[in-house]
Amino acid sequence: MGLRTRENPLAALAALSALLVAAAIALIFFYVPTDADQGFSQRIFYIHVPVALTAYACFGWGAWKALRHLWKREPGADLESYVAIHQGVIFGSLTLLTGSLWAKISWGHWWLWSESQLVLFLVLFLFYGAYFMLRYSVEPGPARANMCAVYALFGVVLIPISFLAIRLANQLIHPVVFTLQGPQMSGSMFLTFCVSLAAMLTLAATLFHIELAGKRIDSRLRELRELLA
Amino acid sequence: MILGITAAEKYVAAAYGVVFIVVLVYVLIIGLKLGRLERELDELTGRVRERRETEAERHEEVPVG
Repeated sequence: MGLRTRENPLAALAALSALLVAAAIALIFFYVPTDADQGFSQRIFYIHVPVALTAYACFGWGAWKALRHLWKREPGADLESYVAIHQGVIFGSLTLLTGSLWAKISWGHWWLWSESQLVLFLVLFLFYGAYFMLRYSVEPGPARANMCAVYALFGVVLIPISFLAIRLANQLIHPVVFTLQGPQMSGSMFLTFCVSLAAMLTLAATLFHIELAGKRIDSRLRELRELLA
Repeated sequence: MILGITAAEKYVAAAYGVVFIVVLVYVLIIGLKLGRLERELDELTGRVRERRETEAERHEEVPVG
C-alpha cells in the first residue's frame, strides 16, 4: 500500500481527501456545538464557505496557469487552466446551491438581489461559465489557448472584488465571520471550519488531477489515432 | 415537521446532499469517460496488432534467393 501510494501520488491524494471529508463530516455533526444565534442550520456554513473558497482557489489556479501559458509558454498550462476553471465552475455552482439553501432557512429568501456579495459571486460564476462558450467556439490551437488565457486572467480580477464586496457594503445581511480581528467564532468551530476547508481543497485537487489525467490520455489517443490513420 | 425532522435539519441535509450528489455525478461522468477511453485504446491496440500481422505475412511471402 505504502509503495503503491508513493508510486501513484494521485491515489495518496484521493485517500487523503476521503480521510479529510470523513473527519470534516464527523466534526460537523458530532463535535461542533450548535450555534446559539442560528441554531442547527448554521452547520451549512461548514460546507458553504469552504466550497466558495475552493471555487475562488480553482479560478485563481486557472488564472495562474493561464499566466504561465502566456508568459513562459509552459507546455500543458492551457489544459491545466481549462481543467481548473472547470473545477471552479463546479464548486461555484455548489456555492450558489448551498448558499441558496442557507439563505432560505436563515433569511426566508432563496436569493437577494440587494446583496452585493451574492450578485458579485453570480457575475464571477457567469463570467467563468462563458469561458467554455469561448473555448468551444474557436478551433483548437495556439490562438484558442491565447484567447482563453487572456479571458481567464481578466476573470481573476473579480475574485478580490467579490471577496471584499461584503466587507465594503453598507447594508449587510450576509454575515461576516473573518474580520481583521480574526475569525469571529469559537475554537471548536474554527477547527471544524479548517478541517472542512482542507477537505474541500484536497477534494478539488484530486478531481483536478483525475480530470487532467483523463484529458491528457484523450489527447494522446487522438494523436495515436492520427499516426495510425 | 415531518417524521420528527425540523426545517433546519431538512435544509442542512439538502445542502450536504447536493454536494454529495454533484461529486457522485462527476465521478460517474469520469467513469463513463474512462470506459470510452478504454474502448478507444482497445480499438487502436487491435489496429496495431492487425497491421503487425499483415506486415509479418508480407515478410513470409517474400521469396529468398
